[in-house]
Amino acid sequence: MKRAQTVGLYTLAIVLAAWTLFPIYLITLGAFSTQDAIYTYPLQLWPHHVSQHTLGFFIHSAGTLPSLQRSVYVLLLTMAIALPVGLPAAYALARFNFHGAHTLRLSVVGTRAFPIIILAIPLAASFIRWWIDDSILAVSLLHAALALPFVVLTCASIFSGVSVELEEAAMTLGCTRLTAFARVILPLALPGLAASAIFVVIISWNEVFAAATVTLLHPTLPAHIVAVLNQATLPYRFAGGFFLLVPPVVMLFFIRRFLFGMWGQVIK
Amino acid sequence: MAEVRFEAIRKTFGHVTAVDDVDLHVAEAEFVVLLGPSGCGKTTLLRCLAGLERVDSGRIFIGERDATDLPPRRRRISMVFQSYAVFPHMTVRENIAFGLRRQKQSDAVIKERVESVSGLLGITELLARYPAQISGGQRQRVAVARAIAIRSDVLLMDEPLSNLDALLRMQMRAELKALLHDLGTTTIYVTHDQTEALSMGDRIAVMNQGRIVQVDTPLAVYEHPSDKFVGDFVGTPPMNFLAARVETNGTGPTVRVGGGTFAIEQSDGLANRDLLLGIRAEAITVEAEPADGLIKAGVVVVEPLGSHNLITARAGGDLVKISVPNHVSPEPGDDIWLRFRLGQIRWLDRESGKVLADSSRSGV
Repeated sequence: MKRAQTVGLYTLAIVLAAWTLFPIYLITLGAFSTQDAIYTYPLQLWPHHVSQHTLGFFIHSAGTLPSLQRSVYVLLLTMAIALPVGLPAAYALARFNFHGAHTLRLSVVGTRAFPIIILAIPLAASFIRWWIDDSILAVSLLHAALALPFVVLTCASIFSGVSVELEEAAMTLGCTRLTAFARVILPLALPGLAASAIFVVIISWNEVFAAATVTLLHPTLPAHIVAVLNQATLPYRFAGGFFLLVPPVVMLFFIRRFLFGMWGQVIK
Repeated sequence: MAEVRFEAIRKTFGHVTAVDDVDLHVAEAEFVVLLGPSGCGKTTLLRCLAGLERVDSGRIFIGERDATDLPPRRRRISMVFQSYAVFPHMTVRENIAFGLRRQKQSDAVIKERVESVSGLLGITELLARYPAQISGGQRQRVAVARAIAIRSDVLLMDEPLSNLDALLRMQMRAELKALLHDLGTTTIYVTHDQTEALSMGDRIAVMNQGRIVQVDTPLAVYEHPSDKFVGDFVGTPPMNFLAARVETNGTGPTVRVGGGTFAIEQSDGLANRDLLLGIRAEAITVEAEPADGLIKAGVVVVEPLGSHNLITARAGGDLVKISVPNHVSPEPGDDIWLRFRLGQIRWLDRESGKVLADSSRSGV
C-alpha cells in the first residue's frame, strides 16, 4: 500500500517535472544548436554540434545589449524602491497591533486584484504628464508597485518568525529599538529577506507587459524581445528565450540555499 | 544593587486588567518571588519593571530614580526570559559579551567578565559554540550568564526554570539560589511553581487576579496564608478548609466541625458566625480509637509518598488531607479519629475567605 503510494507520488513528480522541463530543454537545445540544426526536420532531440553561434548572434543583434543593461538598471532600481518601502511596512505588520492592521494587510493584497492591463494605460498617461515616460524610472516604479505586496506580506511573516523576546532581550541589554533591530532581528531575518529580494528581482526581470506599455524607444530586455519577436528568426527566438530563462532558474536555486541552514538551524 | 518600589501600578490590556493597584517594596539585595497562577499579572508586573510594558498609572522606582518613563536600557536592569532569548546567530561568548559591548566596556574588561561569569555557571567549554549546538539546560545557563555579566542593579527572572525537566530544575534551583545569594543582586523572580517560590525567595509576593494578596517570608506564607486562595495555592497538598462554627454556651468555647466537636481556649470574635477552619495536612494527627476532642473521619484513599503517607478522609461533609508517618496506613473505609493541633488552626470568614485576626501569630 505504502509502496504503491510512493510509486504513484514519484510518477506524478516525474510527469510534472517533465511537463515543465521539456520546453526548457527544447529552448536550451535550440539556443546551443547551429542555425541549420534548428531547421532540420524531424527535430534532433540530442545536440550533435554544440555551438555558441546562435547565442552570439542574439547577443550581438541590435538592441539586445542596451535593453539588457536597462533591464539590470530597472531591477536594481525596483529593489531600491520596493525594499525600503516594503520592509518597514512588513515590520510594522509583524510587530505592532495597530488599528487598521488587518485592513492594511487586505489592501496590500488588493492592489494585485486589478490586472496590470487596467493599471498600465492610466499609469502610462500619468508618466507622460510627469515627463518620465519611456524611462527606467517609469518601469521601476511599476515593477516596485507589482512587487510591494509580495515584499510586505512575505517579509511580515519572516519578521514575525523571529521571536519578540530576542528583541526585548537586546533592549534590556542596552539596545534601542533601532539597534535591537539592526543587531538581532535583521541578521536573523536576513536569509528570508534575501530570498524575498531575489523574488523581486525575478518579478522585475520577467515582467513584460507593463514594461512594453510604458516604454517605446527604451525597452527592457523582455519588452525588446516581445517587440521584435514577429520579425525574428527561429534561432533568435530560442536564444532570447534561453537568455530570459537562465537568471530566474539560477536565482531560485540561490533562494533554496538562503532559506535552509544558516547558523546550523532552519529559520522559518 | 538597588531597592525597587512599585507604587499603585495599574496596567490594562483592552478590557482586561492585568495589574490592579499594586504596591510592593523590594529591599536592596533582597530576593522576592512573584508567585501566582497563570494570568494573575505577575509577568506583566515584571515587564512593567523592565520597561517592556508601559504602566497605565502608578510609579516605579529603581533605587532613588523614578524609572516609570525610562526605556529598558536606562533602567540598569537585566532580565532572564522564559524562552531564554539567547541570540541564535551569536556564539555563547558573543551572547554573554553582548550587554558589555553595549556598555562600551574595553576588550580586556569584556574578556575578564565573560570568563568569570561563564566559570560561575560552568559553561566555559561552551564559549565557542552556537546556541543551536548546546542543550536547553546549557542555553538557560547562557541566559543567566548574559544577564549577570552586565552587573545590573536589579535582576529580573521570568519563569527561568519552567522549560527544564524536573530533575534539572531542582538542580538548577539550588545552584541559582546559591549563585544569586553570593552575587547579592536585588532579584525579582516570577514563577507559578509554589515549590520554587518557597525554596528560593527571601520573601514571596502572592498574586491573584492582578492584585498582590500577601507578601511574606516563605514560612509565613505557608503557615499563615492571608486568605483561602493563598492557602490553596501554596503548599502540596493545599491547606484544608472545613466549614466550622464556634459555640460558647456551657463550659467553654467549643468548635463544631466535620460532625464532631472539640474545645478551644478562647473564642474572641469567632462565636456565632460562619467560619472556615484552615489547617495544614501535617498539623493533624490520626488516632485509631475515639476519645474526647477527636473528630471522626472515614478513610477515602491512602497515597504512600515514600517519606510519608497522604490520607484523604471524609469528616462530615468535608474532605480532609492528612499527612502521616509512612508506617500509618489505614485501609479505605476504615474509621479514624483526627486531632487538630490547636496552635496551627487558622480561622477564616466563610463568605469572604479572609483570615480573621490571627492570635497565634505574634510578632509578625
